[in-house]
Amino acid sequence: MKSIIFKSIFGVGILFMLIATACKPKGMQTAVQGDAAVKAYVPPGQYDEFYNIVSGGFSGQMSVYGIPSGRLFRVIPVFSVDPEKSWGFSEETKPMLNTSHGFVPWDDLHHIALSTTDGIHDGRWAFGNANNTPRIARIDMTTFRTNEILEIPNSGGNHSSPFITENTEYVVAGTRFSIPMDGKVDVPINSYKENFKGTVSFISVDKNNGTMNIAFQILLPGVNFDLARAGKGKSHGWFFFSCYNSEQANTLLEVNASQKDKDFIMAINWKKAEEYVTAGKAVKKTVRYAHNIYDENSHSATSEIKNEVLVLDPKELPGMVYFMPCPKSPHGCDTDPTGEYIVGSGKLAAVIPVFSFTKILAAIDQKNFDSEYDGIPVLKYDAVLHGEVLKPGLGPLHTEFDDNGFAYTSFFVSSEIVKWKISDLTVVDRVPTYYSIGHLCVPGGPTKKPWGKYVIAYNKITKDRYLPTGPELTQSAQLYSIDGDKMKLLLDFPTIGEPHYAEAIPAELIKPKSVKIFKLEENKHPYATLGEKQAKVERKGNDVHVYMSSIRSHFVPDNIEGIKMGDHVYFHVTNLEQDWDVPHGFAVKGANNAELLIMPGETQTLLWEPNRTGVFPMYCTDFCSALHQEMQGYIRVSPASSNVPLTFSTGAKMPQTEQ
Amino acid sequence: MKSLINFVFLCLISMMLACSGGVKKEIPQVDLAKITENQPEIHGTLVEDKDIVINNPLKQDWVSTGKNIYELKCLACHKLSDEKLVGPGWSGVTKKRQPSWILNMITNVDVMLETDEEAQKLLEQCLVRMPNQNISAEESRQILEFMFHNDGQK
Repeated sequence: MKSIIFKSIFGVGILFMLIATACKPKGMQTAVQGDAAVKAYVPPGQYDEFYNIVSGGFSGQMSVYGIPSGRLFRVIPVFSVDPEKSWGFSEETKPMLNTSHGFVPWDDLHHIALSTTDGIHDGRWAFGNANNTPRIARIDMTTFRTNEILEIPNSGGNHSSPFITENTEYVVAGTRFSIPMDGKVDVPINSYKENFKGTVSFISVDKNNGTMNIAFQILLPGVNFDLARAGKGKSHGWFFFSCYNSEQANTLLEVNASQKDKDFIMAINWKKAEEYVTAGKAVKKTVRYAHNIYDENSHSATSEIKNEVLVLDPKELPGMVYFMPCPKSPHGCDTDPTGEYIVGSGKLAAVIPVFSFTKILAAIDQKNFDSEYDGIPVLKYDAVLHGEVLKPGLGPLHTEFDDNGFAYTSFFVSSEIVKWKISDLTVVDRVPTYYSIGHLCVPGGPTKKPWGKYVIAYNKITKDRYLPTGPELTQSAQLYSIDGDKMKLLLDFPTIGEPHYAEAIPAELIKPKSVKIFKLEENKHPYATLGEKQAKVERKGNDVHVYMSSIRSHFVPDNIEGIKMGDHVYFHVTNLEQDWDVPHGFAVKGANNAELLIMPGETQTLLWEPNRTGVFPMYCTDFCSALHQEMQGYIRVSPASSNVPLTFSTGAKMPQTEQ
Repeated sequence: MKSLINFVFLCLISMMLACSGGVKKEIPQVDLAKITENQPEIHGTLVEDKDIVINNPLKQDWVSTGKNIYELKCLACHKLSDEKLVGPGWSGVTKKRQPSWILNMITNVDVMLETDEEAQKLLEQCLVRMPNQNISAEESRQILEFMFHNDGQK
């Protein structure tokens, strides 16, 4: 008996040793190799090498991480309200979320484009798209704040956006959902083929201040436009869009939009389009869209409704739009750093087709057309093809590039990144991702000058990567080094919302320009309190304007009486600090909106409509000094009929009455 | 039997060692000088008394510019009397302190709080760090002129 126990224990021991040495290289923990920890480690107080600007997906926001540490630095509110930062709650920011549909408090931000000059990151702006209520936002990279949001008319959903041209001449917007437009909009849904149209919009970006304007739209057949990339270098002047649902299905697209072996990559000659616009060939259409701009001097946004857009029709204006057949339901559509190669990634295809720009030009020149699709020439597949990457993996989605002639393609179904050589289309390496990768990011990957060094996977499924938090899990990203022959997993890090596309840019292109404070001398807010002497409370009918200042650690005024039921009280709070990282907050009991978070030198306004009489506390919400807990005050609310005079003060010695 | 348990234990240990497969636990040496290189504390050069020209009579345009800056950036914490609010009142400050001390407190407050005993005493009394109010050297000199004016100089 004893020997049986001995043998079995011995056996178990041997088994352990075998497991120990085998240790599953591609298991759930994965073989993280050698120096991984050191490569992703940024010691306390030191800085990361790259900023990673990441789309927040269904959170509607944009997040900022450090690479290689994966540390989260900031969530920039863009399309969704953020009570913490008062985005969409303060009077100054409410106009930013205005649309032709009124105030829209949420959206779905999918893609990032960082501005470029001559095809190279210049660190000026980040653009993001709203997929649901079609819009484009521009974020200023000196303040990391959303400075502009432009709504896109004639669009049912803005997915293939906000990709940019080489010198940020244009940012584009392509309709994911084609819709009936131009007046005839109340039509049966199954009249898709006759009545539904798509558009792509070219939005000009002012070279000096970044202001966006819709330069022109191109009217297109009703299909789904998915992703896009501008040409660069030799293909500068062209833009490429992937399209699916060339079947023109309006229901059960899962099946009905997957019938054909090939859909299209659309090539647009936007220089030609510009010529047509200059020649007056565009048609003015009456539309309705909002254009919202935030001004960092008045610390306020304005929203303007615009009513006109120029539309070009390629059926009547030849030489501007071509289709190229692409297997099958293409998603990613990426141009390599030289601009010669366009990589289409058919979600359902078994190959990755790579198109040659030189061949595209030749095919157009020789009219090497296969057919027409709704009046637009379709080029012959073989005539424009550089070649196919064979058996690369399952479910190719997106491709990024390094500066050594390699491409990195994400594979959703087989959950991996595959590295392949552009020149001879051979696969050279593959690594698993955890799990089901969507987009991926090589620093500078979409530009003429990739910075390389890392590839980051943004995964759709998280499962067991982190400590579980119930049914809803954080999203999972993975960092890999690509500076050797083999890709190596370095780090897992959690992300907010659902990241889709992201870009990474060297810290040195942004860090030195980062704004630390807003100068009080430049504060042009109409309700600014520039010095405590200017603090006051004014009544205009039922509107009460409180000109309030905050500095460590008191408000002026901090006692207000004479507010009456039915009043609309506007607290215009100016932060008089001029030191970096000393924001003050402001909150008042019962406010139906949010707090204010006011940066040094800034003025922000909270509207308060008290619904009962009494004395209401207000206080600073951002820990500002040793006496932060003392930074508070009271507001007295009396019945509408009361005779309590309007008074305000800070410190017993300075009560004042309205003049 | 005990040796058997030891054997199993050893096996488990060896499994754990093998599974941590080559992860070197090397943490790079932290170089403090390099870390703090990115966090400058000095916002300008320290001013010395010999650099300061005292005007007699006072420059009235400096007095009035100084007063405007005071109302925008200083008044919230400093009264013109000798009463302490957040920081000490300004009455008598030009008699109690050297001009260079005053200018450095305005433009180089981090250095002063680190090195100057008088500044440190004030922090203990007030418990709020004198903030950097983003005031240039030229502006600080105008504020000083206003302080002289506040102390009755002509």
